[in-house]
Amino acid sequence: MWSILTNNWSSFLTGFWNTILCSVIALIFSLILGIFFAMLEVAPPKFVRIIAHIYIEVFRNIPLLVIVMIFYLIVPRFFFKLSGFQSGTIGLTLYTSAFIAETVRSGINSIGEGQMEGARSNGMTYIQAMRYVILPQAMKIVIPPLGNQFVNLIKNSSVLAFVAGFDLMYQAQLIAFASFQTIDTYIVVGLFYLVLTLPLSYYLRHLEKKLAN
Amino acid sequence: MTPIIEFKHVDKYYGKFHALKDINLKINEGEVVSIIGPSGSGKSTLIRTMNGLEKINKGQLLVTGYDLADKKTDINKIRKNVGMVFQHFNLYDNHTVLENVTLAPKIVLKRPDDENKKIAMQYLEKVGMVDKINSYPRQLSGGQKQRVAIARSLAMKPKVILFDEPTSALDPEMIQDVLDVMRYVAEQGITMVVVTHEMGFAREVSNRLIFFDAGHVLEDRKPEEFFAHPNTERAREFLSKVISKD
Repeated sequence: MWSILTNNWSSFLTGFWNTILCSVIALIFSLILGIFFAMLEVAPPKFVRIIAHIYIEVFRNIPLLVIVMIFYLIVPRFFFKLSGFQSGTIGLTLYTSAFIAETVRSGINSIGEGQMEGARSNGMTYIQAMRYVILPQAMKIVIPPLGNQFVNLIKNSSVLAFVAGFDLMYQAQLIAFASFQTIDTYIVVGLFYLVLTLPLSYYLRHLEKKLAN
Repeated sequence: MTPIIEFKHVDKYYGKFHALKDINLKINEGEVVSIIGPSGSGKSTLIRTMNGLEKINKGQLLVTGYDLADKKTDINKIRKNVGMVFQHFNLYDNHTVLENVTLAPKIVLKRPDDENKKIAMQYLEKVGMVDKINSYPRQLSGGQKQRVAIARSLAMKPKVILFDEPTSALDPEMIQDVLDVMRYVAEQGITMVVVTHEMGFAREVSNRLIFFDAGHVLEDRKPEEFFAHPNTERAREFLSKVISKD
């Protein structure tokens, strides 16, 4: 097993780096999109809520791989060219944002109506009330479930392997085919994923405890 | 005197339920108006229409010169001048006492920080909460929360403050502190509309009393006259119940 790692060190590192890059980009943008659509989903105008609802239901109920394939195969045919890495990251972002939107929305809904009424009566606009009063409280509540989404996101980034995204999983497939040491290769890859997800899990648990006080 | 709040033939429905029935009412600057009446009579609905928390279905409602029924009216503009104090306080749970008072003046009025803090501290002192400025709402008693909520309203320097049953959720021994603060607000010449079950406050502090029942204004008089000689049978019945309870 050790030889697999030493012989393919640079391939693993490239994959590891691409997995991190894809995850970080998808994490940032899915968080922004997710909060945005969560806010739309609780906004007063009905048509805004409907738009948000359609977005969330579509991306939440289509398999991630299908979304990625749409960006890899269909979008380039009609619009613009996307690399495997790009289409994988976009697909992962949209897919995860739908779950984050639902999580954040449930957090917003758990904040009593009095908070919004207090803020609005105090002269704040709806947006100001959301930003300074409702969202900070909602985000605190949803940090644990959000953490799960982030861990899932890192693991889901392995979908890049299907579209030649040069991530960890893609490199693993190449190495496994070339070396015939399939089992060892995937064990090593599993360890690489743990290096990413375990610290995140522990950090989130720590954060949860800290916020509980 | 110029009316600061004026209802003209206002109706309000919840589905089929007719909550406010043809309300015609003028509240003048500087008045302290108590609204009393049985539970479910629509008192809270009435006061919540005054800052647009409840929409009216028919008629005109002019507040500080703007018509709330007009879609073009910017409700946020009105609310700068119309504060509200709630039964359940509605302090911002994620902000300290001081931040609760300074937040809206900072982001709505764009008041500079040093001036903002000075004004906040001044009102927090008036309501006796200076030693708690760094506490969070969850660390306060109900009475303390309500006093902070009043300071929060005052810091916006509004023309009117609406009080929606401000003492109903409080322990009996906390009520007096809050009523004292409300008396102070009245002395500042701020127009007050108070939905209350505190007959003592209605009698002693307010200079006008509205008895509300089943979506109607049944009586609208000076408090001392009302308490001495209620005109309607409904008011007599109500008073006999609440006063014998005291």
